Amino acid sequence: MITIIDYGMGNLRSVQKAFELFCPDVRVSSSVRDILDSDKIVLPGVGAFGKAMEELQKKGLIMAIKDALGRERPFLGICLGLQLLFSESEEDGNKKGLNILRGRVKRFDSSNGLKIPHMGWNRMRTGNRESKPGILSGVPNGSFMYFVHSYYVEPEDKKTVICETDYGTRFTSGIHKDNIYAFQFHPEKSQTIGLKIIKNFVGL
Amino acid sequence: MLTKRIIPCLDVKNGRVVKGVKFLDLKDAGDPVGIAQVYDREEADEIVFLDITASFEKRDIMLDVVRRTAETVFMPLTVGGGIRNLDDIRDLLNAGTDKVSINTAAIQDPELVRKAAERFGSQCIVVAIDAKRSEGDTGLRWEVYINGGRTPTGIDALRWGEEAEGLGAGEILLTSMDMDGTRKGYDIELTRSFSESLSLPIIASGGAGNLEHLHQVLVEGKADAALAASIFHFREYSIKDAKDYLKKKGVEVRI
Repeated sequence: MITIIDYGMGNLRSVQKAFELFCPDVRVSSSVRDILDSDKIVLPGVGAFGKAMEELQKKGLIMAIKDALGRERPFLGICLGLQLLFSESEEDGNKKGLNILRGRVKRFDSSNGLKIPHMGWNRMRTGNRESKPGILSGVPNGSFMYFVHSYYVEPEDKKTVICETDYGTRFTSGIHKDNIYAFQFHPEKSQTIGLKIIKNFVGL
Repeated sequence: MLTKRIIPCLDVKNGRVVKGVKFLDLKDAGDPVGIAQVYDREEADEIVFLDITASFEKRDIMLDVVRRTAETVFMPLTVGGGIRNLDDIRDLLNAGTDKVSINTAAIQDPELVRKAAERFGSQCIVVAIDAKRSEGDTGLRWEVYINGGRTPTGIDALRWGEEAEGLGAGEILLTSMDMDGTRKGYDIELTRSFSESLSLPIIASGGAGNLEHLHQVLVEGKADAALAASIFHFREYSIKDAKDYLKKKGVEVRI
């Protein structure tokens, strides 16, 4: 059973539909019990960082997520679901995140005429990294993915970075640490190549 | 590097595509879901449905179209037309839309843009602006029209675009009413004014008649995305033709 965590941040229907292509047991839920009772967990989400943390708190989901991660269940964060894993974000002042990974969430710098949000198709680059995690199996270096975000993560532990993307700066677009996988782009909106990542996650 | 986007747009009325689409490989050329699937296969960068259903009672049909599209199409979908309030936006997002485009209601109640951006996130709020070159002594360069282009507002389009950015819009869908339907090319000057004044992505719309027009609006007009309807629907060009052409001309596109 895969549980997609619903905490009131954005449309989860397309996320659910994408997982259902590869797995018959997918549910969207905000119940702590459902989360603890899953083989795999997906934290999607779009919108504001501070509001998202408030919603997770209100629904009692923070402990549930940390607990599930402690039990080494495969976890996939998408977009805001990547950013929330980190210590803090500079969005609306300084907001504390889940602090599962150390690092900061920063806003793109628009002073050089960079358009914000970073919206559209851009390349993810795995670079010269020797080992490619299974979740990127069959996803060539330089594949185009669909992005829509104004903030990006800066992890302290660079070894967790599995892909990067260029937009004004070179930023982290994917991370992997133990059972945790997370991407800044939307695999569920990135057509065939994005669905490959979802398929790989389902197969973990 | 972020690529320029090519976005086909379908006008949908009572759940059916209007103005016709000539897809030989489709059994039902009036079904927006089937057409969206074809554009998904061709790797269009996004797709836009513009709901022109007049009757309020029939608006739920669009939600069903969106639901059926979201089941099979895994690319960004924007829906516009007739959106009045936060509930309309929520219903569309829950049905599987990624972005909504707000036009008349945003002018009538600019706070709607702010509230929608706060509640659902800027990334899904597109403000659509229908702009027409102002004639005579109005002091405006381009005037905003609402109600499907029927009602002039006396509001300067560029000023409104800047206001929409401040309210939290994530993107501007900019249609030149002067060029729309002419197939003589986009309004480059209008598009460039927006691209240079705003720090939001600009989707240019209105006037595409050939591939060079796409090239012009993306390069000279500095648009982030080009929206077109008939040149794709009637199969004069495929999405791939457009991208091959742009790539040959040195424009970064996703191929």
